[in-house]
Amino acid sequence: MIRVILPHHLRTLAGSPAEVEIAVPPPATIGSLLTSLEERYPPLRGTIRDQQTLIRRPFVRFFACGEDLSHEPAATPLPQAVVSGKEPFLVVGAIAGG
Amino acid sequence: MSNVRVLVGTRKGAFVLTADAKREKWEVNGPFFGGWEIYHMKGSPADPNRIYASQSSGWFGQVVQRSNDGGKTWEPAGNQFAYDGDAGTHQWYDGTPHPWEFKRAWHFEPSLDDPDTVYAGVEDAAIFRSSDAGQTWSELPGLRRHGSGPNWQPGAGGMCLHTILLDPVNRERIYIAISAAGAFRSDDGGGTWKPINRGLRSQYIPDPEAEVGHCVHHMAMHPSRPDVLFMQKHWDVMRSDDAGENWREISGNLPTDFGFVIDVHAHEPETVYVVPIQSDSEHYPPDGRLRVYRSRTGGNEWQALENGLPQQDCYVNVLRDAMAVDKLDSCGIYFGTTGGQVYASSDGGDNWKAIVRDLPPVLSVEVQTLP
Repeated sequence: MIRVILPHHLRTLAGSPAEVEIAVPPPATIGSLLTSLEERYPPLRGTIRDQQTLIRRPFVRFFACGEDLSHEPAATPLPQAVVSGKEPFLVVGAIAGG
Repeated sequence: MSNVRVLVGTRKGAFVLTADAKREKWEVNGPFFGGWEIYHMKGSPADPNRIYASQSSGWFGQVVQRSNDGGKTWEPAGNQFAYDGDAGTHQWYDGTPHPWEFKRAWHFEPSLDDPDTVYAGVEDAAIFRSSDAGQTWSELPGLRRHGSGPNWQPGAGGMCLHTILLDPVNRERIYIAISAAGAFRSDDGGGTWKPINRGLRSQYIPDPEAEVGHCVHHMAMHPSRPDVLFMQKHWDVMRSDDAGENWREISGNLPTDFGFVIDVHAHEPETVYVVPIQSDSEHYPPDGRLRVYRSRTGGNEWQALENGLPQQDCYVNVLRDAMAVDKLDSCGIYFGTTGGQVYASSDGGDNWKAIVRDLPPVLSVEVQTLP
């Protein structure tokens, strides 16, 4: 299971805890993780990435293992530490006032 | 005994205010969707327990919320607003072409008959319809594909379709308004549209009397006379007596004819309300005095209403969808401010009081009169 940490507003929308565990069929990529996350929590569709283009929303960031994965292609394999469940995949709202 | 339910959308969540017909003691429930912008909430005329809410965020985009119990509980509905075909371009602020991009839903207008049918006015300007209680949305593309579409331009708040009026007599007729394109009418249920801006005059566009390009802020209609429309334009308060074919100015003795809201008394079709705002550069009331103006003559002759409203040092704004009326015998008038107050009058505007005063900035106010 892959551990995903959601920001506050997406937790309340999904009705989920801060950290959710998502089963992702191999090979686990950024894109396949997001697809599995949206299937598990349908209200998240469109809030992390565009529903048509699947492009990440501009004020959403992806971090894992101390790295910024926001700009990696969707087909990028997830780090092994994320796949094994040792490290979480973080969905983060950009620091941008409001 | 009747009850009143006031639906308040704010910059940081939704609130539901309820009272009995006396409208003296109010219960405040919320925030719902705390931290999210709630541009609009509106209940179905056919089933008042069905309410739609537009929830959005600069970070996480558009969410549609639906309640089946009068706003006590909510569930997310569908949030995919895909323009029909190639979206094309409209004008950017500097006149250059800019791609049509969905940003948010500004206004939901539930059908008069069917709780599962609801229209959405969105930014960038288009009208969508759902016939399955908000699960799926389809654009009515005839509006955006009107030949003038590439010339539409955003107002300061964005290129938003903010007003949808459904004609209760001619069920095929829909009016909408866009900042800054103007007013449009469909006579075939939303299939085709025509601009209805003759008589509008706007000094901020190259041709002040152009067919499109006018920054209409809001429109209102009394259901007993759906051919009579009232409009608060960027500047100018306007009236049409022929379903928008021709407009004439009714600003009369208003201290300024800039403003955002306009509404009509529930039982007096010639009684109209506006809140004058200093100017397009100064979005607050003249002289620091918050005053609603009422015309009982369908315009031109306006009376300042100030009892119970702050008359010094008040510099709030009242945004375009933030005024509504109830249908009780003594008509209630309600409006919300960017300072977080919701004011109500239970006597047609003669006397006002704040029914809640420290909410986040208010974006919209709607009222349901319940049996």
